[in-house]
Amino acid sequence: MSSTEVVGGTGARARKAQMRAFIRSIGMLPVLIILGLLIQAGCIYFTGEGRFLTFQNLSIVAQQASVNAVLAAGMTFVILTGGIDLSVGSILAASAMIGLIVSLSAGDLGIVAALLMGLVIGLINGALIAFVRLPPFIVTLGSLTAIRGFARLLGNDTTVFNANLPFAFIGNGSLHFGFGSVSWLIVIAFLVIFGSWLILRRTVLGVHIYAVGGNESAARLSGIKVWAVLLFAYGASGLLAGLGGVMQAARLYAANGLQLGQSYELDAIAAVILGGTSFVGGIGSIWGTLIGALIIAVLTNGLILLGVTDVWQYIVKGLVIIGAVALDRYRLRGSSART
Amino acid sequence: MPSPTDPKPILEMRGVSKTFPGVKALNDVQLTVYPGEVHALMGENGAGKSTLMKILSGAYMPDPGAEIRIDGKPVHIDGPLSAKAHGIAIIYQELALAPNLTVAENIYLGREAQRGVTIDRAGMYAGCAEVLNNLGATFGPRTLVGDLSIAEQQMVEVARAVHAHSRILVMDEPTTALSNRETRRLFDLILKLKAEGLAIIYISHRMAEVYELAERVSVLRDGGYVGTLGREEIKPESIVRMMVGRDLSSFYKKEHHGSSTGRAVLEVEGLADGHRVKRGSLVLHEGEVLGLAGLVGAGRTELARLVYGAEERTAGKVKLEGKEVEFKTPGEAIDGGVVYLTEDRKAQGLFLDMTCGDNINLGVIGRDARWGGWLDLAHAKRRSLDAIKSLSIRVAGPEVPVGALSGGNQQKVLLSRLLETQPKVLILDEPTRGVDIGAKSEIYRIIDELAKGGAAVLVISSELPEVVGIADRVVVMREGETVGEVGGNGGEPITEESIMALATGVDLRKAAA
Repeated sequence: MSSTEVVGGTGARARKAQMRAFIRSIGMLPVLIILGLLIQAGCIYFTGEGRFLTFQNLSIVAQQASVNAVLAAGMTFVILTGGIDLSVGSILAASAMIGLIVSLSAGDLGIVAALLMGLVIGLINGALIAFVRLPPFIVTLGSLTAIRGFARLLGNDTTVFNANLPFAFIGNGSLHFGFGSVSWLIVIAFLVIFGSWLILRRTVLGVHIYAVGGNESAARLSGIKVWAVLLFAYGASGLLAGLGGVMQAARLYAANGLQLGQSYELDAIAAVILGGTSFVGGIGSIWGTLIGALIIAVLTNGLILLGVTDVWQYIVKGLVIIGAVALDRYRLRGSSART
Repeated sequence: MPSPTDPKPILEMRGVSKTFPGVKALNDVQLTVYPGEVHALMGENGAGKSTLMKILSGAYMPDPGAEIRIDGKPVHIDGPLSAKAHGIAIIYQELALAPNLTVAENIYLGREAQRGVTIDRAGMYAGCAEVLNNLGATFGPRTLVGDLSIAEQQMVEVARAVHAHSRILVMDEPTTALSNRETRRLFDLILKLKAEGLAIIYISHRMAEVYELAERVSVLRDGGYVGTLGREEIKPESIVRMMVGRDLSSFYKKEHHGSSTGRAVLEVEGLADGHRVKRGSLVLHEGEVLGLAGLVGAGRTELARLVYGAEERTAGKVKLEGKEVEFKTPGEAIDGGVVYLTEDRKAQGLFLDMTCGDNINLGVIGRDARWGGWLDLAHAKRRSLDAIKSLSIRVAGPEVPVGALSGGNQQKVLLSRLLETQPKVLILDEPTRGVDIGAKSEIYRIIDELAKGGAAVLVISSELPEVVGIADRVVVMREGETVGEVGGNGGEPITEESIMALATGVDLRKAAA
């Protein structure tokens, strides 16, 4: 056997793998940039001024993306294990409700209550999936409905207000430093994304998450505690949905079990998928998820600036999601044709 | 070259090359096949067999200059449909059947018989039954394919080819998943097809099969054509030499001195799972390579998984270094120093999308981690570089996804994951399945060195020459029970015959005498 040829072969394969890794890592960033430029061009063309690419508007976009980014970070853990969590919108509502109710009597403890609520529901989802071995879609579809009802029950199906919400700064205040300030919502979202990255890429748990999503039976056989990984993923998704509830409640000083967080799970899933995470698990990155969440926020904000009606916003958003993922598949197809 | 029945070849491929970006997969390869012959195509993994067959089936286009003739007429195969139209059928290792459809529906898939706009089911079932009868199938056209065994599904594929009037049938490693009896039946079927004038291109790693079936053997190496041997020239040594380009006189390395009197490391007594394993007992000593042989389905893998804690046991004891242990999960077994190499590395072993480095480190990242779970990336990288070097894994670096490697190198990655945990007991289930001959001999060397270093190695293998070549002692299972052993101090010598006698319960030597 001529060893040079073998080395040449793997060298080419390695280059190809690196190329693919690079394409994957930049992922949807070009789509985000092009989308931003198109919307800016549209603004100039239709309204005469570039209202999109201003510092003020972009920070609004980032704020609008923040809650979805937090939910999508949790969703990234879940989808990386090969699962799905449909219940995050309902968990957000229930957490916001309990957070506000507790805040009326116990002030800042409302935050703890909301986070605990999210964590507990997430762990229940995870336990049903890890120990009872029920399919994630079924379990979280059930809790999507049940927790929604529970959220309404918490406030006797009315809206709960707290005009003196002690943690309202989270939703409306900014972190000031040196020359400027950043909204707390953005700070929190960024910390969540960064923390998720640390867990996924710098801890044993992260490797195990990818392993379980990539090949569950191999993970079991190589000694990984699959149940613990699943429990973590759904627990984290629930906890972050609880955090989303705190952020949302803080912004509004109010929560309504019926309306809050409706169909948020779909935006979170869309952000993860736009970010290039494989729906069957094992492949994906948290930065992709961040870009996915930004794409959705840019689209929503841009369509409003362009004066597109609410009805058409839905249609355009849906089509862009399908189109972007189709583009992604097409782009990656050439590079993976020979594996 | 003389041909078996007909002097006119049915298929001639000449000057076939195929270049992928950066890799020349085939270089000026030729292949001539006559009707009514079984033509074996051999070569190491990566030698170009699959590429050549993919060109024949229209999945790849060859580089310009290639010439393919069927019945002496030049043809242009530009897709699977045109291959089919020229009478070419391929049965891949991974069968391409729809398990939720019936046998007849699968056989007619894409060419459904129609009466007007509706499907002519009665006609389909009748036509299908005829083909199945001819082939001697024991199942009917209305059976769901998902309910059939792998061997029977293969027969459905053959029936599909026959029904489509294929004249050139390519079979890619058809016996990998079959038991001996099923293999026997498949061979009968192949001989029957041959008698009817079909040309069969048979890809296999198994020398005994090629020896039994093939009229001629063509050998590829590193994408080039090495040569073709006729019936009387087919000898294992000459084929191996052609495949690897060198002599393999010391193919099975055995430098360690295994002894069956050393310290017992693993003792298994009467282990059972209530289904496939009825009573498994064996003793494994320090520095020993113990073979675990038996027919497919005898319960060897199941016994290994019981020891490893991957399945639940219903009876029996396991002692590790004299102390009784009961591993409830694979994790506990690994912590106790017992590791298991799965027989199905893609489905149960590797994480194909993850890098080689991650795959190698996966068993030990927990131990290496700092501050309770923080990855030590530099250490992990050093570890994978060392492993790649010491097992001579052919890969550009630890960051390459393991799915991009050849079978042999994948197997070495999986093996090194086990070795990194520094186990006392290694249970290796079909350690050389689906790897090429070069990697095989390297895996034998690794096993030999492990035993030399004092590890206790249990090797499950269906390849008898392999068991005979590497084991110090062989325990044989039959129908869920360990029925005896050969080898060891004062035991019966290890031969294929002595193992088969125990595995089947029929001693051919005594029967003959």
